[in-house]
Amino acid sequence: MPPPRRVAVVGVGWYGFRPATPEVSFREMMFEAAARAYEDAGVNPRTDVDAFISCQEDFWEGIAIADEFAPEPIGGVLRPTLTVAGDGLQGLAQAYMLVKSGYFDVVAVEAHAKPSDIATVQEIYELALDPVYVRPLGVRNPLFLAALDARAYMETYGVAREHLALVVSKNKRNGLSNPRASFAARVEPEDVLKAPYVVEPLTRLDIASFVDAAVVFVVAGEEVAKRLTDRPVWIEGVGWSTEAGTGSLQWHAWGRMPSMRDAADMAYRMAGVSSPANAFDFVEVEDRFSYVELLSIEEARLAPLGSAASMLEAGDLDRGGYLPVNPSGGSLAFGVPLEATGLARALEAVLQLRGEAGPNQLSGVKRALVLSWRGPPTYTSIALVLSSE
Amino acid sequence: MKPNVFVKEKVAVIGAGLTLFRRRMLETPRELAWEAAKQALESAGMTLSDVDCVVIGTAPDAFDGVNLNGEYLADVAGPRKPTVRVYVGGGTGVMVPIAAWWHVASGVCRTVLAVGEEKMSPARPHPQGVFAYIWDPILERPLGPNLIWIFALEMRRYMHKCGAKKEDIALVSVKNKRNALDHPAAQAAANITVEDVLKSEVLVWPVQRLDISPVSDGAAALVLASESVARRYTDTPIWVEGVGWTLDNTHWYNRDLAYPRYVEYAARMAYRMAGIERPWKEIDVAEPYDPFDYKELHHLEGLMLARRCEAWKLVREGYFDRDGELPASPSGGLLGVGNPIAAAGVMKVAEIFWQLRYEAGRRQVKKPVHKGVAQAWGDLMQAGTVIVLSN
Repeated sequence: MPPPRRVAVVGVGWYGFRPATPEVSFREMMFEAAARAYEDAGVNPRTDVDAFISCQEDFWEGIAIADEFAPEPIGGVLRPTLTVAGDGLQGLAQAYMLVKSGYFDVVAVEAHAKPSDIATVQEIYELALDPVYVRPLGVRNPLFLAALDARAYMETYGVAREHLALVVSKNKRNGLSNPRASFAARVEPEDVLKAPYVVEPLTRLDIASFVDAAVVFVVAGEEVAKRLTDRPVWIEGVGWSTEAGTGSLQWHAWGRMPSMRDAADMAYRMAGVSSPANAFDFVEVEDRFSYVELLSIEEARLAPLGSAASMLEAGDLDRGGYLPVNPSGGSLAFGVPLEATGLARALEAVLQLRGEAGPNQLSGVKRALVLSWRGPPTYTSIALVLSSE
Repeated sequence: MKPNVFVKEKVAVIGAGLTLFRRRMLETPRELAWEAAKQALESAGMTLSDVDCVVIGTAPDAFDGVNLNGEYLADVAGPRKPTVRVYVGGGTGVMVPIAAWWHVASGVCRTVLAVGEEKMSPARPHPQGVFAYIWDPILERPLGPNLIWIFALEMRRYMHKCGAKKEDIALVSVKNKRNALDHPAAQAAANITVEDVLKSEVLVWPVQRLDISPVSDGAAALVLASESVARRYTDTPIWVEGVGWTLDNTHWYNRDLAYPRYVEYAARMAYRMAGIERPWKEIDVAEPYDPFDYKELHHLEGLMLARRCEAWKLVREGYFDRDGELPASPSGGLLGVGNPIAAAGVMKVAEIFWQLRYEAGRRQVKKPVHKGVAQAWGDLMQAGTVIVLSN
């Protein structure tokens, strides 16, 4: 049997990463990102791309069947195009499988978000809560789920608010040299501790802001990838997992995120990673809430449970540390572009691995882990192992 | 488009399940999805622990009234499974098994549970209200269009271009509602005549009440598996031979409304993968998408099972009857069984599965069957999804 076909990212494009993008509609934003990705990959979408995947959710768009608007901006008219109602990385997983199966050679994946168009983001999040058991409780703010998780995590593993503040300070600083990081800032841990609570124990600075962005990836099978580019970034493994009980309270393991562990394990199995703690040169992990960065590191088996906080204190997770975590600044610096969040994280990793991260570049990085969560009230996580070799 | 016809991994459908299709089911969306999934797993001889991955399909979230609806329905798979939701509007039902196919064909999963669910009835005052939000928010929504308007335009165009009369098109409704009499889950089965259709209430001329499928709640599920797993569980796996899907542009008003080009493209893709060159001869049984009676004719032509503008003539000859040359919608289709959008598409694939296994009971078609095709259609008259199965 021939060796299984490898799959590579051959082009990336992005637009936005600003709190508001009044100059474009969501469709124009998709077009801008797609045009850049196709240019980057050196492909003509009308002849060279075999299939198109758009990632979006109806309620964010305010359109009952948002899929209708997927094909034109990304070049998918009268071609195999579909929508994945999920995070961009779940779309990337579908593209990976389509290429892996041999049915297609080149697939484009698009994800976008325009939260600046949404007047009531939190109210729409509320509609994701279980309509029978949870919504009637009248909890007006789905962020309470994150707060409960944060509390449970901190109590179980002896993590203090000071640790969370260190995460915020590190990431917002890392973002200062990242052109996509609208929320980068020189923030001291004390500033975080002094900021007003949104939901105890999370302050305004512990929670990443929403941002407008569109991201497009072009992936290709091995032979085509090598023809298209001399700097392919290989997808060595991808994993995704959903816990039962999204929008519910009864089954979740508070203070943990089992879906992250499952997603990471699935990706590691595919990539043949046996000791993740020293497999990666840097990682881009979930940090839409400060505590999740520490939890992600542990769920991905990069550190034993409960030990990420001390690594953080020791400076191990800094850009110059032994395991740089979110050198891009993460969501705390570049924001949360709804369903494009996972792809945005992967974008940062791809640019690093290609050596194109500009002033943000780390030296000699070859392998990275990307780990993203869809945010509360979901329990879906996606992991991606990328390599430049 | 250059689909590689040399996909190595064979993928089989080994189980199917279906809830009743009804208006105002008492079960929650989650419970409906679970009921269908449980049946599908039982018919495959599996339990949840045998399922590697899950694919979920549900059309507008607004029907269930839940944001991130795929996450809400993910409970159907039990805890901690790789789960994804695919979405192409009304075409979602057939997209779900297509996505399940690539999960297995890529070697990433060995077994996939594919579930389609829709609960349309809770929408107030009427589910049509949800369709007020499918239009371009700037150019079309301010005009206050109704979904049935554009289908009336399409039906009128088909009648004009193909010389079909209301009486000819009504025959599809008569056939499908009659076929559904033998379907245990059917919602709108009936013995009606062409007269009944022509005398039913006019909604938007030329669309009348009996030209159109009902508002439904329901769920349907399939189990797909790799060849080695399928052989362990069953002696009669039904193979996925071809898959295809195509999206046209958003601008439905610029389209040839008399012919669904996007369905043809999707069908050509699936036939090519299946090695089918003359579908009108090689396909033994078809489940074309029939939310309206004229749509079945439209889609039979798009699937290249009838020449352009000739499907209505063949219906008149009984060609598409259950004992005809090429049975179409032997299940009773959406007109007869019901139309819980994403679940209806999965139901169509399930019907082909049962027909090819000779397990359709009183719905079993007369002729021997080897290959079948199921198709769905969606979005703003722009999505075609096609799957070819064989025994």
